[in-house]
Amino acid sequence: MALGDIISPAADYDNFVSADPTAFVETDQDGNAMVHLLVENMHCANCIKTIEQTLRSNPAVMDARVNFSTRRLFLRWHPEGIDVTDLVKPVIDLGYPLTPYNPAMMKSASSEENARLLRALAVAGFAAANVMLLSVSVWAGLFSEDMGPATRDFLHWVSAMIALPAVAYAGQPFFNSAAAALRGGRLNMDVPISLAVILAAGMSLAETVQSGEHVYFDASVTLLFFLLIGRYLDSAARNKARSAAERLLLLKAVAATVVLPDGSCKTVPVEAVTPGSCVRIMVGDRLPVDGVVATGQSELDVSLITGESLPTAVRPGDNVFAGTLNLSAPLEIGATKTGDNTLLGDIVRLMEAAEQGRAKYVRLADRIAGFYAPAVHLLAAATFIGWWIFAGSWQNALMQAVAVLIITCPCALGLAVPVVQVVASGRLLTKGILVKAADGLERLAEIDTIVFDKTGTLTEGRLDLINREEIAPGDLDLATRLSRHSRHPLARAVARAGSGPGPHLDVEEIPGEGLKTIFKGREIRLGNRAFCGVAETAASEFAPGPELWLSKGDGDAILFRFRDRLRSGAKETIEKLKARGFAVELLSGDRPAVVEELAQALGIDTWRAQKTPGEKVARLKALSEEGCKVLMVGDGLNDAPALAAAHVSLSPATAADISQTAADFVFQGRDLSAVGEVIQVARASKRLILQNFALAFLYNLIAVPLAVGGIVTPLVAAVAMSSSSLVVCLNSLRLRMDGKNPTR
Amino acid sequence: MNVLIYLIPVALFLGGLGLAAFLWSLKSGQYEDLDGAANRILIDEEDDEIS
Repeated sequence: MALGDIISPAADYDNFVSADPTAFVETDQDGNAMVHLLVENMHCANCIKTIEQTLRSNPAVMDARVNFSTRRLFLRWHPEGIDVTDLVKPVIDLGYPLTPYNPAMMKSASSEENARLLRALAVAGFAAANVMLLSVSVWAGLFSEDMGPATRDFLHWVSAMIALPAVAYAGQPFFNSAAAALRGGRLNMDVPISLAVILAAGMSLAETVQSGEHVYFDASVTLLFFLLIGRYLDSAARNKARSAAERLLLLKAVAATVVLPDGSCKTVPVEAVTPGSCVRIMVGDRLPVDGVVATGQSELDVSLITGESLPTAVRPGDNVFAGTLNLSAPLEIGATKTGDNTLLGDIVRLMEAAEQGRAKYVRLADRIAGFYAPAVHLLAAATFIGWWIFAGSWQNALMQAVAVLIITCPCALGLAVPVVQVVASGRLLTKGILVKAADGLERLAEIDTIVFDKTGTLTEGRLDLINREEIAPGDLDLATRLSRHSRHPLARAVARAGSGPGPHLDVEEIPGEGLKTIFKGREIRLGNRAFCGVAETAASEFAPGPELWLSKGDGDAILFRFRDRLRSGAKETIEKLKARGFAVELLSGDRPAVVEELAQALGIDTWRAQKTPGEKVARLKALSEEGCKVLMVGDGLNDAPALAAAHVSLSPATAADISQTAADFVFQGRDLSAVGEVIQVARASKRLILQNFALAFLYNLIAVPLAVGGIVTPLVAAVAMSSSSLVVCLNSLRLRMDGKNPTR
Repeated sequence: MNVLIYLIPVALFLGGLGLAAFLWSLKSGQYEDLDGAANRILIDEEDDEIS
């Protein structure tokens, strides 16, 4: 029962090998092999050093570089005779689980967008600093009343020459978005922003030409600067989370071995397989197509499709599905469905359909923009008309109207959400939780019901030997040597539990039965009850959970028991969530007996078993029709549609890639307490966001009457805007304080 | 105040130099691993033990 069993590099190595890392190895122009890997458990400088030096100590390695921010590792080596799995095994053995990924899939448009925003931010920052310097001189001159008009005009012209190109360049993200919204007949926050910035710059230019006193160049560029900070933080946080969470859809096999009518074999791309052709599947391959078994008997790991942790035995005539893994013997199957028509393709389609429903969610900031933008425009128009009627001059009226637009420009509103999100994401990241969806925290703060998947979510999703201390070390060694020859999950569990390698044995695997070998003249068998000749009644009090028997040919058999362990913190987390008033449900594809036992152990009253992916989505739909806002926590491929259909979703980093893509949050590590943590942070963030909006409105409440009354000067505008933005930022940072407070 | 006529261009030039340096560093990928750079400074170059 040692913890070391659960967190074992051997299991991580198993995971790495089953991710088929060789498919991710690329060759550069000099013929060297390259691979990109995601690294877990990396915390400090020492980790960087350990990983890089361990790899570089291998003479074949040319380049090993860790990117600490994105938790990635780039590796380049001389490929002669060196397999990537052997190369990185020392790193995994040190306790850094690795996952291969395809960098081309990661290089998204968003990272370019990020760089563009950063360039705009730099330009706006440069312009804001310099124009502000000049403006301060002008304001000082106004107070001391000894600056000549010629000097003032000169400073205005210099400001104009800095500010106008800067606005034209750095304002583009806002102008483009505002133009897109207007074309679509909508208003968003960027419309008042663009109007304010353009009008302020235009009016200031007109003032400069006429040697006027009041120019707003400083206001227009500092506005852009502050807003770009908010925009950049938003985009950077999303980018960071996505880059760490996105993984390649490697469930689908890339090539298939087709048996031609004359008996010869040919490897073809999966797309080229047509229904009716005969496909050969070797041990350890994923099935490329749906089909019917023609010849051979084997066992398939179907956990990705159904969530069941034990493999299913298949024999000729059985239906088999793409995406399942062949474990014990070669099979030949007649393809019935290929490509997008497979069950896997169906699941992907189901997920895409579910995602469209969620796209309707409108973010809080956009909901506010929906009434804020028209209100501001009406106010500015009213100011213009009012001043024109009562003061007579339309130029002066225009000045006042522009002042209103500048002062109401949603600078603090633009910062209110992103700053909180950055602080919240940072706090979650230190706990190993990645925020993937930009609006995930907002949606998470609304939930009242939590639906869990079983295998891989509440449990580890991996079988482990649980009665190790009942087994004599000699027997365990023998079993370990036998089981090393099989990919069956139970055999793997024995192999993990056992000690180092022994001499080679000639092992025969009988699919669905077990393993046998001749050792010291006696037949040794490791397999199911009947295979090892054990009477049905023996030791049946241990009944639930899978078992293996080891028979040494002397009539006595030794029992090995296994259990898919609970994730650490599962029970405490469920109890805490229930205590906080959340409705908790269990929704699994596994058999009812197993699900019921687990539900009872965790104290979950509502559970449903043997649900197909479609039924899971239907259950979530039913819940949302009852008015519940559901958080779905799941990991399997069979959960992916449900993850996409739920109001918000969370998935462990060990989940199927497609599920991680569908989920809004991904948590690393093996502890389920992340669920409680993420909900808590989401609620705290929502509170802060609302406070920020309140602060921004309070500021408007004070500043707008001044602007409408015509007593706003460029100096007042600059001070008011900067201070409101600062107050919002400081308020957001309180979330970080909360995190350090131990009394939670 | 005529000194402004060349002092302001000088100031702007220096500021522009900073901006150009930033854009260059952005382009050359120096912002791709900020946390890593902060940690790497703690790594000794010539050591022979892996801790």
